[in-house]
Amino acid sequence: MVETPPAPGRPAAPGNIFRCAWAVVGKDLAAEWRSKELLGAMLVFALLVILVFNFALELDLPVRQAVTPGVLWVTFAFAGTLGLNRSWAVEREGGAWEGLLLAPVDRSAVYLGKALGSFLFMVILEALVLPIYSALYTVDLFQPGLLIVVLLGSIGYISLGTLLAALAIQTRTRDVLLPILLFPVVLPVLISAVNASAGFLSAAPMDQIWPWLNLLIACDVIFTSAAYLLFEYVVEE
Amino acid sequence: MIREKESAGRLALAGAAALLLVAALGMVFGYAPREAVMGDVQRIFYFHVSSAWVGMLSFVVAAVSGGLYLSRRERYWDMVEISAVEIGIVFGLIAILSGSIWARPVWNTWWTWDPRLVTTSVMELVYAAYLLLRQGLEDPERRARFGAVYSIVGVLTVPITFLSIRFLRSIHPVVIGSGVVGALGGFAMTSKMLETFLVSLLAFTVLYAALLVYRVRLALRGGRLEERRSALFSE
Amino acid sequence: MSIQVAKLGKSFGPRLVLQQLDWEVARGEFVVLAGPNGVGKTTLLWILASLIRPSFGQVWVEGMPLPQEAARVRRQIGVVGHQPFLYGDLSAEENLRFYAQLYGLNRYGPRIRERLDQVGLLSRREEPVRSFSRGMQQRLSLARALLHDPLILLLDEPYAGLDLQAGRLLDGMLREVASQGRTIVMTSHDLLRAAPLADRIDVLNRGRIAASFRRGEFALDQLPSLYQQALASHG
Repeated sequence: MVETPPAPGRPAAPGNIFRCAWAVVGKDLAAEWRSKELLGAMLVFALLVILVFNFALELDLPVRQAVTPGVLWVTFAFAGTLGLNRSWAVEREGGAWEGLLLAPVDRSAVYLGKALGSFLFMVILEALVLPIYSALYTVDLFQPGLLIVVLLGSIGYISLGTLLAALAIQTRTRDVLLPILLFPVVLPVLISAVNASAGFLSAAPMDQIWPWLNLLIACDVIFTSAAYLLFEYVVEE
Repeated sequence: MIREKESAGRLALAGAAALLLVAALGMVFGYAPREAVMGDVQRIFYFHVSSAWVGMLSFVVAAVSGGLYLSRRERYWDMVEISAVEIGIVFGLIAILSGSIWARPVWNTWWTWDPRLVTTSVMELVYAAYLLLRQGLEDPERRARFGAVYSIVGVLTVPITFLSIRFLRSIHPVVIGSGVVGALGGFAMTSKMLETFLVSLLAFTVLYAALLVYRVRLALRGGRLEERRSALFSE
Repeated sequence: MSIQVAKLGKSFGPRLVLQQLDWEVARGEFVVLAGPNGVGKTTLLWILASLIRPSFGQVWVEGMPLPQEAARVRRQIGVVGHQPFLYGDLSAEENLRFYAQLYGLNRYGPRIRERLDQVGLLSRREEPVRSFSRGMQQRLSLARALLHDPLILLLDEPYAGLDLQAGRLLDGMLREVASQGRTIVMTSHDLLRAAPLADRIDVLNRGRIAASFRRGEFALDQLPSLYQQALASHG
């Protein structure tokens, strides 16, 4: 029947944060599997950006090699904002936002779940874009080093992006505000990712690439921790 | 309740700022020597670096105020924060424009991709994004809370941006200038120049403090006006 | 006391919605909160649900203070709002499964089916919520709110948008919930509809409780005039 309340002073079980986050990820994946709206939009957008680059830049072979890391990361950065916006917009329909906030757990669990979900979507997008880019421009993108950089860069981008998207979605200007908020502060991630990618693509020696990888990892750690801690302030009223 | 500080300290600060500025101007145009290679245009350096310093100081002040607001929830800290952003964005702009004016006659270009200049520009963009964020919100409590979060994010990321750009430049050496004082200009500072520079720095910092104090007072008065207005309407 | 509120105030910017509110609800009581539009009924409910922080004053839910113990308070409350808090693309069962996981419930399969059966939606459990009528979504929302067996149920205008039959169904379900010993707080415009269910009707006006009517102290047909009197006496 009706339970008695927990004894005062007994702390909430920490395991709940991950369980809660995992529930959110599962829900986002299930919902996307049904509608397939988001991935379709992100993919089309990314391909359009690549196409635009082709016409905007002179792309003979050596130039293509040099320009690839930049083009890839700009593409991911722009397509990523679509995913980030949608991730929170979906919660605004049907008032699900309040439903999430009613969960009896630290609000940062919701952040974790949303960030993980957005990260997965971004990885799926990248998994689709990289082979297409490879084929279109005859650049071999399937080096383990490059793939690791793509993952690390996505972590940093999504960690800040999830926090700032949650901010942006609560303003009057909504979607428009996210790139304005995100791009100036996500620069260190993009700079490190582009340079590390360039290093791997041009087969530079590892001691040239390591500083960029270190910077990227440092960014990931700092930005994810900061976003995790700050999220509570973004969703309380 | 929002309380107002007494005005004697404020006036003294304003007076000190005025005096120091006059002293700095005098030193920049009278005391500091004419630079051998660039000529008189180099004198901009004193204002350029001081402005940049104030812009960055304000950036940190804004973030610290943001942190204080989030932990204490006192409107006062939000007012300090918005004041710091408004003043900081202006000094940042002065730094960028003065840099441009300096670069043009010396290197025949309006812009150099110097790490410090680029970082200042990124900082300006973060400032501008901050203002746009606040503009898109109606509830003052949300404005304060979201502003605080974003200013903290900014102060964490911008220094890392600087480090990453500087590392980039160290691999690909800058075409213009060489780094003694900074990649923007290679010139050796004589002791007279150093003294002038320090006085300018001090003058600008005190000016900043005075501007901040007055701007916060303006915000406090605005807050009191709001309180009175809402008290009237809820009768 | 299940719910206690002392000197509670909430302001949105310059607008003061609740002020100096003292209020109590005993365990197992069914209280209806009535009052004109914009008076703060939903705000009060949302504060109890820990979705909004109070500006002044104190709140205790089941002895736990808000906002400090917000996470533990949320374990003991179920909320039915204007919107159903459901995901349109997912089925009824998937929605409940998500909330079961969110609340850290174990072996939730049978519990979900039981709740769906109680609200008469077991046969529609695999259909997407998008296809449900307003009445059906409301019932599913109630199932969601009760899934984790909370001590307190908060409802915000649950009868809004429901036709006669759906309203009667809701009546029956609320009676059932009340008989289980849960504390219920419901805001309502429709006094006559809410009155037969309630132990007590509190009229909120100008940020405070203007009047309180207990069951048995008045006749139903007196209610509308009593309500008007309560509003008039407070301004």
